[in-house]
Amino acid sequence: MAESTPHLSPAEAKSTLSADWVAFRTIVIKEIRRFLRIWPQTLVPPAISMVLYFLIFGTFIGSRVGQMGGLDYMAFIVPGLIMMSVITNAYSNVASSFYSTKFQRSIETMLVAPIPNGVILAGFVAGGVARGLCVGAIVTIMAGFFVDFTIHSFALTVGMILMTAVLFSLGGFINAVFADKFDDISIIPAFVLTPLTYLGGVFYSLDLLPDFWRTVSYFNPIVYMVSSFRYGIFGVSGDVPVYLSVAAIGGFVVLFWTLSLMLLNRGTGIRA
Amino acid sequence: MTTAALSIAGLRKVYADGFTALKGIDLEVKEGDFFALLGPNGAGKSTTIGIICSLVRKTEGAVKIFGIDVDKDFAAAKRLIGVVPQEFNFSIFEKVGDIVEVQAGFYGLSLRDGAVNTEKYLKRLGLWDKRNAQARHLSGGMKRRLMIARALVHEPRLLILDEPTAGVDIEIRRSMWAFLEEMNQAGTTIILTTHYLEEAESLCRNIAIIDHGEIVENTSMRALLGQLTTETFVVDLAPEVPGFAFRQVDAQCLELDLTRGQHLNAAFAALDSAGLKVMSLRNKSNRLEQLFVSLTASEGSVETLVHG
Repeated sequence: MAESTPHLSPAEAKSTLSADWVAFRTIVIKEIRRFLRIWPQTLVPPAISMVLYFLIFGTFIGSRVGQMGGLDYMAFIVPGLIMMSVITNAYSNVASSFYSTKFQRSIETMLVAPIPNGVILAGFVAGGVARGLCVGAIVTIMAGFFVDFTIHSFALTVGMILMTAVLFSLGGFINAVFADKFDDISIIPAFVLTPLTYLGGVFYSLDLLPDFWRTVSYFNPIVYMVSSFRYGIFGVSGDVPVYLSVAAIGGFVVLFWTLSLMLLNRGTGIRA
Repeated sequence: MTTAALSIAGLRKVYADGFTALKGIDLEVKEGDFFALLGPNGAGKSTTIGIICSLVRKTEGAVKIFGIDVDKDFAAAKRLIGVVPQEFNFSIFEKVGDIVEVQAGFYGLSLRDGAVNTEKYLKRLGLWDKRNAQARHLSGGMKRRLMIARALVHEPRLLILDEPTAGVDIEIRRSMWAFLEEMNQAGTTIILTTHYLEEAESLCRNIAIIDHGEIVENTSMRALLGQLTTETFVVDLAPEVPGFAFRQVDAQCLELDLTRGQHLNAAFAALDSAGLKVMSLRNKSNRLEQLFVSLTASEGSVETLVHG
């Protein structure tokens, strides 16, 4: 037999680029299918807790608070609560999905396939973004029952939500890479994410804080996200300048992406 | 000259804990071969397969798939390999059909090609009726077949199976053997690891035995079996066989050692002249098993089986 030139099947003949696109789409569909399949765990609880926030903080307490940061208290908390649900859902989607993929070893089915690591990462992140946006949309609709609002800057609002969802999806990914047992994917949300979110200007304006704590708050990235997102919706200038937020979040996205990809290339936690 | 389906040179693997799983092995599997990679537990079989499929990072050495270096063009090399792992590695909550179609997507097959091949291989492995069932509802044998269908969905030219028949009943095992032989005859190169030596002996043409991270034997099945200098037959009858070493097991049963150069005909003649009638005859143990044990046993144990 002559030196064989590999016979190309239709799949092989496809350009790598379109194969990568197909692989990406496959991961995203698989991820979306996963959180839709377990909707009572993924979509309903955030909707319920946000309605409770709207009722308790917005309606019952908010009516006695009056104005906050130039807005009705009810309106003031809406952007933060939407942001909060996007953050936690994007994060926990990727954290638990990637962790279970690792735990069940089905990650192997991706590792044996010709998928570049960047595509695997992008697929999981897109899955997290999809769940974040899905829950964000549900919460936004819920908010519509409590407060009337129109969106001041659609581009900024959507851009801020997307960047935040990407950033926390990456965060969830990094968490899952290092996680060794199921507990490990709830430690960071409980000890880092929740405090940062609650102290991230969701429920109050930084103006209310003493100088020292206001300065400390500027080191909390969630402050930037919430403030700029609130500006995007209501057009009321917030605690920090918008351009600074976009730059800071963009910077973090680049940093987290690089770190995640490095971990994946190294095979940390997945390749012996 | 045919390109080797798999060619491994100087492959070494040292795990993070310092354990050397592979001590620099060389291995070549020809295109179209049905190849057995055998070895005791912990010998390095799964590490070798893991490296070929890029699940394990190698410490040193080169791996080529149909002449393509996995380090240089990983996508092209990976498209040529299908792997059936030893342990179940699918999400048990996903549907059988989805598991296979998703795998097609990972390999870049369009939705249409993916659906066509999913149907084709689920049907060939008798799982089409189960396509809408969640994987956790499958029996053990079905789960194995699911992993075979999944490994084939992108129609690889090299199929690697890491103990595909572990824990599978004999009927399903035989139907899997028939299926694999069919795939092999259609041109797919197959590499198999197994603990059922009967399986390797009946299916595989060439064989490598790996032990303590080294290849201790790499030859054709025929040549390997030819190394047996003594075969022991169990003959059901009564004693006194002139010219043959024998042990009487009980009143009706003998163990007869047939060394190289001795013929069964002569043994029968001797039995006949001793007035003994042979009712039945069988090998005391599987021939490959005898060799395997002697090759992988610690020094000084069963060497008598193999010369040299």
